[in-house]
Amino acid sequence: MTSAAPAATGPSARPHSTGRYVGLRLLQMVPTLLLILVTAFLLLKLAPGDAAQVLAGDSGGGDAAYIATLRQRFGLDQPIAIQLLLYARNVLTGELGFSFRNNMPVAELIAARVVPTLLLTGLALLVAVLLGVAGGVTAALTRGRLADRLIGAIALLLYATPGFLLGIGLMILFGVVLLWLPTGGYADANGAAEGWAHAGSVARHLVLPVVTLGMLYAAIYSRFTRSAMIEIYAQDYIRTARAKGLAPARIAWRHGVRNALLPLVTIIGLQAGSLLSGAIVVETVFAWPGLGRLAFEAVQQRDYNLLSGLVLCTGALVVITNLIVDLLYATLDPRVRLR
Amino acid sequence: MALTAFPAWTDRRTVCAMLIGIALAPGLARAETPVRGGTLVAVSNPGEPNVLTTGVGQAGAVLAVSSKIFDGLLRYGENFALEPELATAWVTSADGKEIRFTLRPNVRWHDGAPFTSADVKFSFEQVWMKVHPRARATFAAVEAVETPDPLTVVFKLRNPSGVILSALNSTESTVLPKHLYEGTDILTNPYNVKPVGTGPFRFVEWVRGERIVLERNPDYWDTGKPYLDRVIYRMIPDATARYAAFESGAVHLGVHSPISINDLARAEKNPALRVEFRGYEWLGSSIVGEFNVRRPPFDDVRVRRAVVHAIDLQAFSRVTMRGIGKPGTSPVLSSQTKFFVESGLASYPFDRAKAEALLDEAGYPRKADGKRLEITLDWLPFGESFQRFGEFLKQSLKAVGIEATLRSQDLPQFFRRVYSLNDFDFIVTHHSGFADPQIGLDRVFWSKAILKDVPWSNGSGYASPAMDRLIEAAHIAATEDQRVALYKQVQAQAQLDVPRFTLAENRQYTIVSARVRDLDTGVIGIYDSLKNTWLAP
Repeated sequence: MTSAAPAATGPSARPHSTGRYVGLRLLQMVPTLLLILVTAFLLLKLAPGDAAQVLAGDSGGGDAAYIATLRQRFGLDQPIAIQLLLYARNVLTGELGFSFRNNMPVAELIAARVVPTLLLTGLALLVAVLLGVAGGVTAALTRGRLADRLIGAIALLLYATPGFLLGIGLMILFGVVLLWLPTGGYADANGAAEGWAHAGSVARHLVLPVVTLGMLYAAIYSRFTRSAMIEIYAQDYIRTARAKGLAPARIAWRHGVRNALLPLVTIIGLQAGSLLSGAIVVETVFAWPGLGRLAFEAVQQRDYNLLSGLVLCTGALVVITNLIVDLLYATLDPRVRLR
Repeated sequence: MALTAFPAWTDRRTVCAMLIGIALAPGLARAETPVRGGTLVAVSNPGEPNVLTTGVGQAGAVLAVSSKIFDGLLRYGENFALEPELATAWVTSADGKEIRFTLRPNVRWHDGAPFTSADVKFSFEQVWMKVHPRARATFAAVEAVETPDPLTVVFKLRNPSGVILSALNSTESTVLPKHLYEGTDILTNPYNVKPVGTGPFRFVEWVRGERIVLERNPDYWDTGKPYLDRVIYRMIPDATARYAAFESGAVHLGVHSPISINDLARAEKNPALRVEFRGYEWLGSSIVGEFNVRRPPFDDVRVRRAVVHAIDLQAFSRVTMRGIGKPGTSPVLSSQTKFFVESGLASYPFDRAKAEALLDEAGYPRKADGKRLEITLDWLPFGESFQRFGEFLKQSLKAVGIEATLRSQDLPQFFRRVYSLNDFDFIVTHHSGFADPQIGLDRVFWSKAILKDVPWSNGSGYASPAMDRLIEAAHIAATEDQRVALYKQVQAQAQLDVPRFTLAENRQYTIVSARVRDLDTGVIGIYDSLKNTWLAP
């Protein structure tokens, strides 16, 4: 993100260098992710307790031989340095390891959760941006009047509401009292539906979690958009546009919103990680099979291999989101040059 | 907030009519014939299982699903009576050193392979004795398992051992298919997550984080059963969301207290739901206080007794468990009628003066600030209820001058603190009795059960030669009557020394839709196979 800086150059240089820029950024990802990996692995190892003990606890106890068998199977009987080396070697060869807790390869566990996670966070982000920008622009244009006050109050209320409370409130209203929408899950439980019926079922299950997560972020985005718009409306070029006799809607859209989106995009990039972790609450409330819940459960169970895999995966998602944000800068503002 | 979607009076009237009908003609209610078909949706609780066979994992969520897919040699009927399942008959020899099982003929695994005595021998030798947490202790007396023919299994014993028959149900000792497990690493065998059993339901699919789908086994040996087409387990991690799922009718069944105790009263009033407290007797769940007897102040039995005297167990159950628990009097629960000692055990009724006198005597007088001693109190992180238990105990102890500092942590840390580092004074924790004191009590009172790192072992560090003699005599008792008598003495000794004590007999609950019929409510009903269960349309 920091490598994108405004500079006054001709737009002709851009198409040529974008590909190279993306390639370079992707290459830079490798050491970043390795560092994340090592840090995560060591931090996880610092947490007291181990996976074998948790599994034995789940199983109602056991004897020393039972714990020893589990430790040996999990590779926990090796020194930490060896464990780290073995893990790093696995990752470098494209192998994320085996989750002994879940009796499945880590890659398979994560892969199954990627689509639901991207669906939830992607759509929630879309809802947040649409609602946030619409609310923020309306508030800025009606500054000080009733609409502005109302939007501000709603945004504050949403921002102050814990995610789980908002989620449970919506669930009880739409899922239990009105019976319009399912209370949770990814698709209808019997899973018999195929094709469009399946997609429809997923869509119905998506509504409440997306709205819950989206509203929480819309509240933040609307405040940002509002203040950015107010600042922009004090600029000379808005006065010029008004003096030219442009329609107010055109001024708002071309000169106002487009410029206001720049700080908003920055915030979205910074919050990519927080969106993924904020999703944990929503995933838990709505029983959504996302990465956040998987990570939460993996911590509870000290499933190191799975956790390291998840940290790597979410780390990559955050880095890629930031790359997309940087590319968006250049699209939104032709003065921004990628280098 | 009103959670009911329909006017309540309609349902109440229907229910009243039904009740009157049942009262007038009890025969009619019995005549209800099971309806075939339908999908029963259950919620997996607590949490999502990690594998789907109890052969390699015995967490509650695993037991619940595995018991629909697998059979045991025997099953428990009412009041712990043993009934045939994969074994049709069993005979113990006169000297008690041989148990001969006759297996059910023409039983097939879900993949079509025949079930034989070789599967039992393999499961015993390669699964139970190698990767089961408790089997090595339970089957310690077994010298060899012999298979004279495909339908006969003989357990050869070194000495009579009554506990063996108590441990052959499908949840404690699952028979796994030899042809799919032989020569593999049992713990990572892929069939652990796509199980092949002999039970009434076959595994279809498991979408992690979402659902487990089971379907009717058309070749089930109990012809005509099960009645349900499908059983689906859904993962719903949040307790309030689970309650909402029950209210909206999306989920029909949940075991292990699937909703918060705060929603229980509401569920009991909802005519579309039933609350069932039976079915947990095998699990023998209790809330327990446990002392670290390795170090002061609890190395002194007088201080331990003082603590029990300081706690009003009636109030504990009423305040922290909304009255659904029952004050504990013995390490064996009253529901285990065969072993439970009703009276005559040492008891420590609520008496603060007595507690203070004992503390004075032990050399812990009240200091100028009114405190006698300071201790730590860790609560088992099994949800907010245990925090409530901890807070109640802290207040109780404060009244007699013991200042307890409550400590909270996550489960892996708790296990490490108690069972690896032994760095605690007093804990409030959970205990499962597992039908037989030899499985449930040995592990907390026997000095040989002081096992570093092993959860639910003898964490207090209690070692008493008198207790060891009783336990070891029980292991080789010649007759079942003698074994029962010895375990009654074990209870007496335990109450005398109080390294741990039962705060309350826990009552867990099942939430079930009123549409679900013939749900097994026997001693191990929550891990029943559901083969007799059906859904009213």
